[in-house]
Amino acid sequence: MAECHPVGFQWVMEAKQRGAAVFHVDPRFTRTSALADAHVPLRAGTDIAFLGGLVNYVLQNELDFRDYVLEYTNAAAIVDERFRDTEDLDGLFSGYDPETGSYDPVSWAYADATAAAAAGHRDMPKDGHAGSASLAASPERAGAGGPAVSAKPHQDRTLQDSRCVYQILKRHYARYTPEMVERVCGIPQEMFRKVAEAVTSSSGRDRTTAWVYSVGWTQHTVGVQYIRTAAILQLLLGNVGRPGGGILALRGHASIQGSTDIPTLFNLLPGYIPMPHAHHDENLDSFVEDDAGATGFWGNMKAYAVSLLKAWWGDAATEDNDFCFGYLPRLSGDHGTYRTVLDQIAGDVKGYFVIGENPAVGSANSRLQRLGLANLEWLVVRDLQMIETATFWNNAPELETGELVTEQIPTEVFFLPAASHTEKDGTFTNTQRLLQWHHKAVEPQGDQRSDLWFYYHLGRRIREKLAGSTDPRDRPVLDLTWEYPTEGEVGEPSAEAVLREINGVGPDSSALSAFTELADDGSTACGCWIYCGCFTDEVNQPARRKPGSEQSWVAPEWAWSWPANRRILYNRASADADGRPWSARKAYVWWDATEERWTGHDVPDFEVTKPPDYEPEPNARAQDALSGTDAFVMQTDGKAWLYVPTGLLDGPLPTHYEPQESPFTNLIYGQQVNPVRHVYRHPANRYHPMPTERGVDVFPYVFTTYRLTEHHTAGGMSRFLPYLSELQPAFFCEVSPELAAQRGLEHGGWATIITARTAVEARVLVTDRMRAVQVQDRTVHQVGIPYHWGPNGLSTGDAGNELLSAALDPNVHIQESKAATCDVLPGRRPRGPDLEELVRDYRARAGITEDTGITTGRVGTEGTASE
Amino acid sequence: MGLKKWLDRWPVYRQLTSADPLGRGAASQSARSAERTPRTSDADRVVKSICPYCAVGCGQDVYVRNGEVTQIEGDPDSPISRGRLCPKGAASEQLVNSPSRVTTVHYRRPYGTQWEELDLDTALDMIADRVIDTRRRTWQDTDEEGRYLNRTMGISHLGGATLDNEENYLIKKLYTALGAIQIENQARI
Amino acid sequence: MSNQLYGPVDDVAQQAGYEPDHPPRMGFLTDTSVCIGCKACEVACKEWNGVPGTELDLLGTSYDNTGDLGANTWRHVAFVEQAKPRRELVDLGMPAMGPPGGQEAEQPDQDLRWLMMSDVCKHCTHAACLDVCPTGSLFRTEYGTVVVQEDICNGCGYCVPACPYGVLDVRPGDGRAWKCTLCYDRLSDGMEPACAKACPTDSIQFGPVEELRERGQQRVEELRAAGIDEAQLYGADPGDGVGGDGCFFLLLDEPEVYGLPPDPIVTTRDLPSMWKHAAAAAATVAATAVAAFVGSRR
Repeated sequence: MAECHPVGFQWVMEAKQRGAAVFHVDPRFTRTSALADAHVPLRAGTDIAFLGGLVNYVLQNELDFRDYVLEYTNAAAIVDERFRDTEDLDGLFSGYDPETGSYDPVSWAYADATAAAAAGHRDMPKDGHAGSASLAASPERAGAGGPAVSAKPHQDRTLQDSRCVYQILKRHYARYTPEMVERVCGIPQEMFRKVAEAVTSSSGRDRTTAWVYSVGWTQHTVGVQYIRTAAILQLLLGNVGRPGGGILALRGHASIQGSTDIPTLFNLLPGYIPMPHAHHDENLDSFVEDDAGATGFWGNMKAYAVSLLKAWWGDAATEDNDFCFGYLPRLSGDHGTYRTVLDQIAGDVKGYFVIGENPAVGSANSRLQRLGLANLEWLVVRDLQMIETATFWNNAPELETGELVTEQIPTEVFFLPAASHTEKDGTFTNTQRLLQWHHKAVEPQGDQRSDLWFYYHLGRRIREKLAGSTDPRDRPVLDLTWEYPTEGEVGEPSAEAVLREINGVGPDSSALSAFTELADDGSTACGCWIYCGCFTDEVNQPARRKPGSEQSWVAPEWAWSWPANRRILYNRASADADGRPWSARKAYVWWDATEERWTGHDVPDFEVTKPPDYEPEPNARAQDALSGTDAFVMQTDGKAWLYVPTGLLDGPLPTHYEPQESPFTNLIYGQQVNPVRHVYRHPANRYHPMPTERGVDVFPYVFTTYRLTEHHTAGGMSRFLPYLSELQPAFFCEVSPELAAQRGLEHGGWATIITARTAVEARVLVTDRMRAVQVQDRTVHQVGIPYHWGPNGLSTGDAGNELLSAALDPNVHIQESKAATCDVLPGRRPRGPDLEELVRDYRARAGITEDTGITTGRVGTEGTASE
Repeated sequence: MGLKKWLDRWPVYRQLTSADPLGRGAASQSARSAERTPRTSDADRVVKSICPYCAVGCGQDVYVRNGEVTQIEGDPDSPISRGRLCPKGAASEQLVNSPSRVTTVHYRRPYGTQWEELDLDTALDMIADRVIDTRRRTWQDTDEEGRYLNRTMGISHLGGATLDNEENYLIKKLYTALGAIQIENQARI
Repeated sequence: MSNQLYGPVDDVAQQAGYEPDHPPRMGFLTDTSVCIGCKACEVACKEWNGVPGTELDLLGTSYDNTGDLGANTWRHVAFVEQAKPRRELVDLGMPAMGPPGGQEAEQPDQDLRWLMMSDVCKHCTHAACLDVCPTGSLFRTEYGTVVVQEDICNGCGYCVPACPYGVLDVRPGDGRAWKCTLCYDRLSDGMEPACAKACPTDSIQFGPVEELRERGQQRVEELRAAGIDEAQLYGADPGDGVGGDGCFFLLLDEPEVYGLPPDPIVTTRDLPSMWKHAAAAAATVAATAVAAFVGSRR
C-alpha cells in the first residue's frame, strides 16, 4: 500500500500511531513492510492456504463473532444433500465435468432453494435449467448482478446440523492447520499464530480489523476465491459493514472502479447488469428472471434495465418493442481481452481501439499482444505520449528477431493525441466508490482531444453516414439518443450533460435523486442505476468540495459515493439485530426508536423506516422480502454468504490450488490447479510443465510481477517524465543473495530471465528483501519483477509482462501475473534470432508441447482446457 | 532618488550602517530576493481537480496563468488526501506540460515504414468509414443454431482506467449500439 | 553580539540584522520513523523550484537512484537495508554500510529492516557556506534560513567545501551554486515548502524550529517508550558543532548509517583564532619588515 498508494497509506500510519497493529503479507519486503509491525513473507500464489488457515483458527477455537454470524451471514443455512465438498472428492466439488472442464453447480444450492429456483423457471420455454445451472452455460455473467436464489433457506440456528454452512465450513478448512500453512506458504508457525491472535483479538463488538488488497490477490487463476476467503474470515469476525472493517480493494488507476461501474467490459452493462446471452435471454422478462432473484434489491432489476434502455434509445424504446431489448448484441462465450487477442492473431478481429492503454508492454504475454496488433486491418491508439502499442510496427522486439517485418505488417495505424485530466471535465470514481469531478483548467493543444470528444464525434459521424439506412441492423445506431450540448471551438461535448444522463431523469424530465425512484414501465431513464442520485436537485454532486475540516469524519459532503452517497456498504451490520450499535466506540448507523428510523454518521444502507423487527409477508418481492435484520440487502436472502450456493464457477468455498506454474505439488489435495481455470492453447502461449511432469526443473524459480512507487503501470504516464524516470531509471529484477550466488548474478549487473514465452534482460538488485522461503521442506527462491518498462520514453527496458502466460481466473478472466516460474541466467539476453533460439532450447529441454500445463496434476484423468 | 536611498542600494553601506555588520542577512538581500513571490500568487485561477494516477483520488489544485498550467499541488480541503501527493501526483505538472506529448495525428498506412501527417477531421472520417465497413463485413445476425446474436465480432476495444466515467459511458453506449461486444478495459487486467 | 561563528544563538535572524518583529525561525523536522521512501519530496521540490532532471542511472543502492544532495537534488531520500537491531541487546554496535545484500547474507535468521530518510539542507545556525561567500549571494533570510541568491552568485564555489554536510554544489553548465531554499518564495506567501506539503505521511514537518524541536523530542520519547531505543534526534542540539540546525531529523539509527556526519562542525569555527593568528603573523611580518627597514637604515 505504501508502494502504490502512498497517500492512502497516511491513514494506516495514523492508525498505527493510535495503536493499530499493521501486518504486511507479501512475498516481497516492500516499503509497506518497512513500516509495518511485521512482514509476513509467503510463497507467491498461496494466500488461500494462509487465509484458510486463519478461517480454520477462528472456527477451531470458536472465536467467531457469533451474534453477528447468526444474524447477518448464511452460517445457519442448510445445503443440498447432494453437495460434496473437496474433502470428499480430493480437491473437487460435486458437479465437475472433466469433458468440459466446468462445474454444474446445481448440487451446491441451498437445500430448499434449488426447488424454489426450478419452480421459478417452470414455465420458461427452455430446457429446464435451474437459475444457478444457467451459469455453467454462460460463465461470463458470473459476478454480475445478484445470483438468483429464490426464497430463504432452511436454517439451523444452533449451527449443529452437519449440512449447515457453518459445519461445512469447519470441515472444509479443518486441514488448513498452522503446520499446513507453514508447509505450503512457508510462513513459520510462530509467525502465523502471531497474525491469527492479532486478527482475532482485534475483532468483535468493540474492535474491527480491516484487510487491504490489490492485484496481488486478484491476478491468479483462483483470484476471486482469494477475496472470498478474506470475506469468509471478515464475516466470521464481524468485520463487514462496520467502521474500521471491510475488505478494501486498492485499485491502481484513477477511475478503474468507474470502469467497472460504467463498464467497458464485455460481460457487463452499466450498474453490473449482465450483457444478455445468446443461449437464453430472448426477451427482457426472461433476461431479468435468469439474472436476478425476485428478492433483495436486485428484485428491481427490470426497473434498472428498462431505465438504461430508455436512456440509450429514448422514445424509440417502448413497452411494445420490449424497450429495444432486441437492440442489445448477445454474448456466446468468453469475449475477454485475451480471447480477443487470439482472435486478432487468427484474423477474425479486424479493428482495434486502444484508448489510454498500452497492451504491447502492459498485458500478460506481451508478444502475444503484439502479434495480435500486427495482424489487424486497422488500429486506433489514443494516448498522451507515443506509446509502444502505437509504435509496435516500428520497434517491436519481434522485428529484431525477424519474426515480424515492418513492410509486411498490414495494420493501418491511427495515433490520435489525447487531452489530459486538466484539459477536460469529468468524474473519476476512486477506490472507495467516490465520484470526484475534475474541472477543465486549460484547453488542449493542436489535435489533442478528450475521449469524450472522440466518441461523441465518431458516433455523430457514423450516424450521419448511416442516416437514411433501412437496414434493421442500423436501427440501434440511428435510434440512439446522441444529442449532447457542445461548447468551444472544437465542439467539446458537455460532460455534465452526460453525467446527468447517467444519473437519470423522471417522467417530468428532471433529475432523479435515488435509484429507488426507477420504474420498469419506461417512465424513467437512467444510464447507470447505481449512480442515480449523483445529480440530485440538478446539482453536480461529485463536484461538491466542502473542506474535510468543516464536516464530520465521514465527510459526506465531499463529492458523492455510490450508491446513494453511502460511504460504507451494508452498514446496517454496524448495529446489532435490535438496531443498537455493537458498542459505543464502533457506533455508525443505528435504529432510532423514537423517530422510528435508521440514523447515524452515514446514509443507512437499509430502508430507512424498516424497523429491526420487521418480518416480510410470505410472497413479498424485492426489498419487501427482506426482514429487519437482513443487512445484506443486495442478496436474495439478505445474508452475507460464507458459502456461495450459486454465482461462482469454481466452487462454493475457496480452496487452495497451486498456480498454473508452480514448482510444487498441491499438498492439500490431489487436485493440483483450479480445475476450471481458463488456459489457451497457442504456440505463443506455452505453459511450463506441472510439478509431476518431466522438465519442471528447467524453470526452478518462482517469480512475481509488481509496480513501484515511482512509476505507473505500463509507463505511459511515468516513463516519459524526467522527474519520475530518474528515480527508477531502468528495468531491474530483485533477487536474494543466495539466488545470486547460485546463478552467479552480480549486483548492478545484468540477468536474463527466461520462460517458455520469451526471455528478457534486467539489471540485478541483490537484496535481503528478497527471501528464499522454505516450502514442503525445500527452499524456493523468488524473483521480483517490476513490469513498468518498454522501449519508448526516457526510462527504458524490457517489459516484465513478456514473461507471463495467459492463464485466467474462470470467473472474471483475469490473468495470473502474480505467480509463475522461470529460470535466471547471468548476463544480457541474446540479440536477434539467437533470442528465439534460447527460448526454443528451453522449451525443448523442458519437453514443452501444446498440451503441457493444460492437463492438470491428476494425471490423465481430466482435460481442463477451455479453448 | 535621494542620496539615502541611493546609498541604501549599496550593500557595503547597508552592512556597515545596519544591525547586520557581518553582512549575512538583511544587508545582503538582493532586489530579486526582496521582491520574490511564489508563481502561484499571480495565477489567473485555481482549478479543482483530481489526481489522474492511482485510485486513491487525491485532490489537486491546478494553478493556471495565461491559459497554461503553472503548478499542480495537493488540495488541502480533500478529506482523502489532505493536500498531500505522492511522487507521481507531484509530477502532474510535468505530465500535462510534457514536451514529448503528441499534439498532432500520426498515420501509418498499411505496410508503411514511417508516420505520415493526417488531418484530424480526415482521420475521424476514415475511422468512421472503417467502423461501418468492418461492421458490415463481420456482422452476425444469428449463430449456426439460429440463435439471435445481433453483433459484430470484427471490432475490439481496450481502454485504460484513467478515462472519465462520462467517457466510458459514451464508449459503451456507442459500441453496444454498433453491436460490438469485445469491449474491454484495464479493469480486466 | 556573541557566538557569531560558533555556539548557541537565540535568534539567528536578529543576529543577521532583522528587526525584532521578524518571523520565527522556520525549519523542517524530518521524522524518518514514518517515512515510506516514496520520494514525493524529491519530485515536489524539483517541480516547484524548476530544478533540472538528472542523468538516468541505476545506482544499485537499494531504491535510491538519486545518490546525494547536490545542485540538482535538493531533497534526497536515502534507503538503508540492514539487519533489525535485536531488542534484547543493549549495545547495538555500529551497523555497517555497503551494498545491500552483502552484509546480512551470513545472518539469514535476523529480521530485516529498511530505513528511509529524506535528506535536505540543514539551514545551520552557523552556516559556513554563508560566511565564506564573498559575494553576499548566500544570506540568511528573515526566517533564519540560508539561501543562495541566484542573481548574485558568481559561481566561485567557495561554499562547496565549506559545508560540513556536503549539501552545496555547483550546477554543471550553469556554474552557480544551488541548494534548498526552504521554498523562500512560498514562505513569503504563507505557503509551506513544497516537499513538506506533498509528504504523504507527514514525515517532513514544517514549522517554527522551536516547536519542531519540542515535537521531535516528544516523538523520540514515544518511540523509546515503545521499545525503539535507537530513536534519536539529529541536528536539533544548539550546543552542537553548527549551533544546531534549522532542519533536523528523527533517526532510527546512528547518523552515519544514513550518510550523515556524526559530529558536524562549522568549518569557520576557528576563523576568529585563525584571524588572530593571521593578524599576529601579519604583525610579526610587518614588524620584521619595519625592523629590517629600520635596520637597513642603520
